[in-house]
Amino acid sequence: MLPAAIINGVMYGSIYALVALGLTLIYGVLHIINFAHGAMLMLALYAAFFLFRIFSIDPYLAILIVAPASFVIGYVLYRWGIGKLSKGKDQNILLITLGLSIIIENSALFFFTGDQQTVSLSYSYDALDLGFLFLSYPKIISFVASLMICALLWALMSLTDLGKAIRAVAKERQGARLVGIDVEHIFAVTFGIGIACLGAAGCMLLPIFYVDPYTGNIFVVIAFTIVVLGGMGSVVGALLGGFVIGITESVGGLLLGESLGQIGISLIFIIILIFKPTGLFGSRV
Amino acid sequence: MSRNGAVMLLVSAVVLLLAPYFIESKFYLDVLTLIFFTAYIGQSWNILGGYAGQFSFGGVMFFGTGAYASTILLTTFGVPPIIGIFAAIFAGAGLGFIVGYMSFRSGLRGSYFALITLAFAELLRVLANSVEFTGGGVGLFLTYAPGLHNLQFDTPVGFYYFSLLLLAISILIALWLERSRFGAQLAAIRENQDAAEALGIDTLRCKIYAIMIMGGMGGAAGTFYAQKYLYLDPPIAYSISLSVEMLLVTIVGGMGTVFGPLIGAFVLHIVNEITRHFLDTPGLSLIVYGVILVLIISYLPNGLMGLFKSRSKASDDAGLGPDETGGASKDA
Amino acid sequence: MLDVRGITKRFGGLVAVSSVDLSVSEGEIVSLIGPNGAGKTTLFAIIAGFLTPDEGEVTLNSSSINGLKPHKICQRGMVRTFQITQPFAGLTTLENIMVGAYANTTDYDIARSDAERVAEMVGMSSQLDKSADGLTVAGRKRLELARALATNPKLLLLDEVMAGLNPTEIDEVVQIIKNIRDSGVTIFLIEHVMKAVINLSDRTYVLNDGTLIAQGTPHSVASDPIVIEAYLGHGAAETMKDRAQK
Repeated sequence: MLPAAIINGVMYGSIYALVALGLTLIYGVLHIINFAHGAMLMLALYAAFFLFRIFSIDPYLAILIVAPASFVIGYVLYRWGIGKLSKGKDQNILLITLGLSIIIENSALFFFTGDQQTVSLSYSYDALDLGFLFLSYPKIISFVASLMICALLWALMSLTDLGKAIRAVAKERQGARLVGIDVEHIFAVTFGIGIACLGAAGCMLLPIFYVDPYTGNIFVVIAFTIVVLGGMGSVVGALLGGFVIGITESVGGLLLGESLGQIGISLIFIIILIFKPTGLFGSRV
Repeated sequence: MSRNGAVMLLVSAVVLLLAPYFIESKFYLDVLTLIFFTAYIGQSWNILGGYAGQFSFGGVMFFGTGAYASTILLTTFGVPPIIGIFAAIFAGAGLGFIVGYMSFRSGLRGSYFALITLAFAELLRVLANSVEFTGGGVGLFLTYAPGLHNLQFDTPVGFYYFSLLLLAISILIALWLERSRFGAQLAAIRENQDAAEALGIDTLRCKIYAIMIMGGMGGAAGTFYAQKYLYLDPPIAYSISLSVEMLLVTIVGGMGTVFGPLIGAFVLHIVNEITRHFLDTPGLSLIVYGVILVLIISYLPNGLMGLFKSRSKASDDAGLGPDETGGASKDA
Repeated sequence: MLDVRGITKRFGGLVAVSSVDLSVSEGEIVSLIGPNGAGKTTLFAIIAGFLTPDEGEVTLNSSSINGLKPHKICQRGMVRTFQITQPFAGLTTLENIMVGAYANTTDYDIARSDAERVAEMVGMSSQLDKSADGLTVAGRKRLELARALATNPKLLLLDEVMAGLNPTEIDEVVQIIKNIRDSGVTIFLIEHVMKAVINLSDRTYVLNDGTLIAQGTPHSVASDPIVIEAYLGHGAAETMKDRAQK
């Protein structure tokens, strides 16, 4: 059972990594802790759900719609929302993103009701037979797709001019301003990318999970734990952290049962924050 | 407190004390009870968040732990709640000490502190769900047995006075903070922790005291709830919505003020009633709450009390704005 | 009163402070000067307990205060001000000073009258009700001083309390500091404004690149070639001597 749990954990872990990647990117560059991250993932899940239900678009193809749309939403949300309202004070951003998550979660409740929704694809039940484990096709596709997107992001950050600008702003805000980089724009772009990650993650998560208005809450703790584990702002950390947490959750569930297994994640979070707040790869608290 | 303020307070206190004799409707007494309860628990958040400046997102954990403490003592050991409530206070304060010591000693502040309180609350919820003596997912049922020793009352009037008493105590605590050395120390920590430390304030100890007060108050609130609604389970005991509510009423009313939480509780309740009047769908009033939170933080950070306060801020006379060099910007 | 021996502090590869020895005796006004980046504020931070030294010892009144937290050091009678002022922005001037006064009493009325007395001493009596974030630079520097003074220290560490003040304000503050010393407080200050240094100090230490390069009376230090070189660059002392001889 253990190898099966580990592989399962790795599968989910890649998606968790993508979620955490968005969060760590936003923190690393804007120094914002986005409490609304889970709620927005939930919206992405619903988006994918409705695209499937109404237009019969396969969730994996839906990424092509949801991810760019998420980027735009994220950009606008930061540029003319969060950025403006918080006036740059950290305390305010904390509470504003909290307020945002409340609004989003309850809007979902209001419009979509509290019912749990899932999707059933034509290949949902086809699986790869590994002997000790059946790996459903959707899981495999999600796994591969997440890794591809992470690689894409890495390429964006390391090889493009935009990526350089983003890294410059993350390292030295004022300096970047002085060399002519439009910092507000970069902030909004980064936030947009972070939300786009959620858009993609939502599409990949829907076939192998479910959605209801409270789904976001589950992922908030997971995402934050990964980010804190891997280090705020570290892309590599988010990736590795995602796998670690995915495996921990899976193995924890195996050993301790469904409900108690959840405890592993909160515990890791608390322990890391107390003993090594900079995480395994990060640099500042 | 000014002479006028004291008079107003006295008059209000008398009005509230006598209210049940004039208000026949059980419904309205219940509404007031709920408002007082929310204001009370908001005040507990205010001690740590408004006065000491440490925002907690997991305040519900004290409520839940206190509720379980007194309820388990009752259902398993037959300890009457009138004694059990002190165990709840003790449990809440004890939890506050543990969480506070671990978090503050590691230097966690701002968002990190908020996050870790969230994690602790989540941890407790999972534990409560999995453990025998809390009744697990099934929860705990209390028997209906009105009597003062049970802190149960057969009419709403009883609970009205119970919640009024809690509210009064919380207001006294806040009034004490306004004029005491401890209160000044908390304010200093809130405004600038390093400067406070340099001036001889043991910031670690003060913050731990503050969270212990919050914890103790939260614990008593838990017992109140258990005795009123006679049922307790993990989602009720450790739900994030209570954590949010206690910070929301305080922020809306005015952080770091004596009456902020009470004003916030009234306002939010009215908003709730209005929203439900138009459209009684789940989620709508919380959407409105979320919008209010964002608006207040953005445009009225001192809350509604900020509108009343006429502190003689002669800052305009100086001619130089606060962003001229001087204060180093502090992390959240 | 204050004894600093062999203090060294490194930040990664950079040595900020290197083997510094100095002392301050009761009743003195001692100053610490040096070019920008010399390590003066770092040294202060170490002495006041905000940084731990990698090597060396700090002794206050014959007992070591190494590793003590700042609030404990304050309780032992040594208080510092900050170079970049750190007011309690949301509180009034009076409330700010009262925080310092509360170091010695738990009573509101006593703290209040102590604060009012200190405000009088630094000339802030007319601004007590002003919100701290509305003060001018000069006001904030004075507030910083008043707050520290309200704790009733035996040794006051002042970090560039004159920075940003105009000549009239400097004269006022110089007088205030003299009054403070006369009331029994020992003073150790970092300063760039030479007029103040010369007017106030009994002794001066000069720090450059983390090491002490000179010490003595302000006058002897000002004419020390090593010090001149540190401020004006290599060869400056020679050039000045040549010019003087011509």
